[in-house]
Amino acid sequence: MTGGVVEGPVPATRIESPTRGLTWTVVGGFARRKPLGAIGGLIVLALVATALLAPLISPYDPRQIIREANNRVPVYVAPGSAYLMGTDHVGRDIVSRVIHGARISLYVGLGAVLIGVTGWFLVGLASAYAGRLVDLVVQRIVDAMMAVPGLIIVLAIMAVLGSSLNNVIIAIVIGMLAPVVRTVRSQVLSVKETEYVVAARAIGARSARIILRHIMPNCLAIYLILATYYLGFAIILEASLSFLGVGVPPDVPSWGGMLTAAAQGHITKAPWAGIFPGLAIFIVVLGFNLLGDALRDVLEPRLRGARRGLMR
Amino acid sequence: MGKYAIRRTLLFIPTLLVASILVFTLFWIVPGDPALTILGGGEGDSGAVSLEQLQQLRQALGLDRPIYVQYASWLGNVLRGDLGTSLWYKTPVWSQLKDRFLVTMELAVMAILLAVCSAVPLGVTSAVKQDTGLDYLSRIFSSIGIALPTFWLGILIVYALAYFFEWLPPLGYATLWDDPLLNLQQLILPALTLAFNDLAFTARVTRSSMLEVMREDYLRTARAKGLVELAVIGRHALKNALLPVMTVSGYQFARLLGGVIIVESIFVVPGMGTLLIESIIHRDFIVLQAIVLLIAAVVLILNLLIDLSYGVLDPRVRYQ
Repeated sequence: MTGGVVEGPVPATRIESPTRGLTWTVVGGFARRKPLGAIGGLIVLALVATALLAPLISPYDPRQIIREANNRVPVYVAPGSAYLMGTDHVGRDIVSRVIHGARISLYVGLGAVLIGVTGWFLVGLASAYAGRLVDLVVQRIVDAMMAVPGLIIVLAIMAVLGSSLNNVIIAIVIGMLAPVVRTVRSQVLSVKETEYVVAARAIGARSARIILRHIMPNCLAIYLILATYYLGFAIILEASLSFLGVGVPPDVPSWGGMLTAAAQGHITKAPWAGIFPGLAIFIVVLGFNLLGDALRDVLEPRLRGARRGLMR
Repeated sequence: MGKYAIRRTLLFIPTLLVASILVFTLFWIVPGDPALTILGGGEGDSGAVSLEQLQQLRQALGLDRPIYVQYASWLGNVLRGDLGTSLWYKTPVWSQLKDRFLVTMELAVMAILLAVCSAVPLGVTSAVKQDTGLDYLSRIFSSIGIALPTFWLGILIVYALAYFFEWLPPLGYATLWDDPLLNLQQLILPALTLAFNDLAFTARVTRSSMLEVMREDYLRTARAKGLVELAVIGRHALKNALLPVMTVSGYQFARLLGGVIIVESIFVVPGMGTLLIESIIHRDFIVLQAIVLLIAAVVLILNLLIDLSYGVLDPRVRYQ
């Protein structure tokens, strides 16, 4: 009788609690070992939450020019109780634009990373695994593209494609070809020479199995690290493009685009218009970098210093 | 050394060729007809294009010929020093580019010198005083420096100067040989802005390179034979730690040339970057092509020189 009562719920809790406990132990352990990385993670979470909740938490429509009671347009109103971060040069609420800007940044960042890091990851893997002619050709292209700064590649592609949100993603994806392919290739080359891969080949495993079962899992860490860094990189590139006026169309609330007017001398009239969007970019990029550094130290300590080639 | 130098130089030529192919094809894979894009996309255009205009431009650009013929004739012209005629200004590209090229290079060289000269002492201090408050301070500084967007820093500097000193970016520009002092005044702030990112980054590389070297046996030997700490750090550690810093600075120079565009547009410097932005707005692909190719060539030559000097400084490299 007693045995029956006890046995029912116990296995359930036994299965559930260790995994839940494990997740928290891992997260807690990470936070204790890498407090800066944990801060980075919190910043990233805050960005995601802001982007998701943007329409709910922003006080105004980000594109709408505000008309006050007597039909007055509040141009360059200083931050205060009415407008938390003030208003911009045409009378839009800056805090609403900064909040909605999180969506643009995250959309571009995620889009560029999902397409770019994933795609170039596979190219780097293929290049390293296939070797010979494929590797030679891919590496020459990588070398040639490494010679041009990322921003200039992206600008040139934007010139060809014309400005739109999705073209920004395409341009950034092309801009990260060289560094991602190079990093993944060198990682795959070292994994390829490990004993377990040689052993797998010796017992007659086919290439598909070796790649899927042995090489890919061992490159997962580097994928995660690259994805984190490149999210920040893509956000900075989008902001740079929009700042220079060749990124997203001007009415789209992009953090970089918001700074354009500030740079054209308006900053002396309304410093808040230049300070807040820039602060948002800075904090978010810092968050991704801190998280990326911590992930790298924990998952792949050999990669220390490898970022020297990444942010170009 | 001779063999290494030849091998490394031979590798440089195909890379430059591939770069030129990429630059060339980039502008001819424009969706649709490049001639139409050029005519229809300019600012202040009604979008209406006559067939005659279109034919004329196609012929002028040589679009009626097969693409490999186009590439060969373009490359031939480039090798003879003819970068083409600007579509917007209707003048030879090189005559527009040469002064701006020098301005941009001066700015970039100033920035990299500023960055390296302040990053190395910072990185060394950080490594020597590892895990002290000073080390943490400099590491936080470099984390911040890396994440700080160049354009925002530039805007903040302009604002601070305008607010405290009522200073605004000068509109004119004097070359180094006309008026060195004025030239320096105009370029020092953009150079500082540009240097900041690289400073943070180079300091980080110097620190980790120093930490690695400081674990070497020869440093223990140097200490054991009674050398003063300054000589141990300065003569034995730093000399060896600087090699990776040099390589990284070379790559950073390439990155800097990207940042130059942003800094030039904030501080109104008449360099290659402002021309690049202008050419994008005017869809002047000929100028754009020339600038990208020029930058690729500069970076590749620089990398070649760094690798060659690496071979001189570190004999191990030659035998790899």
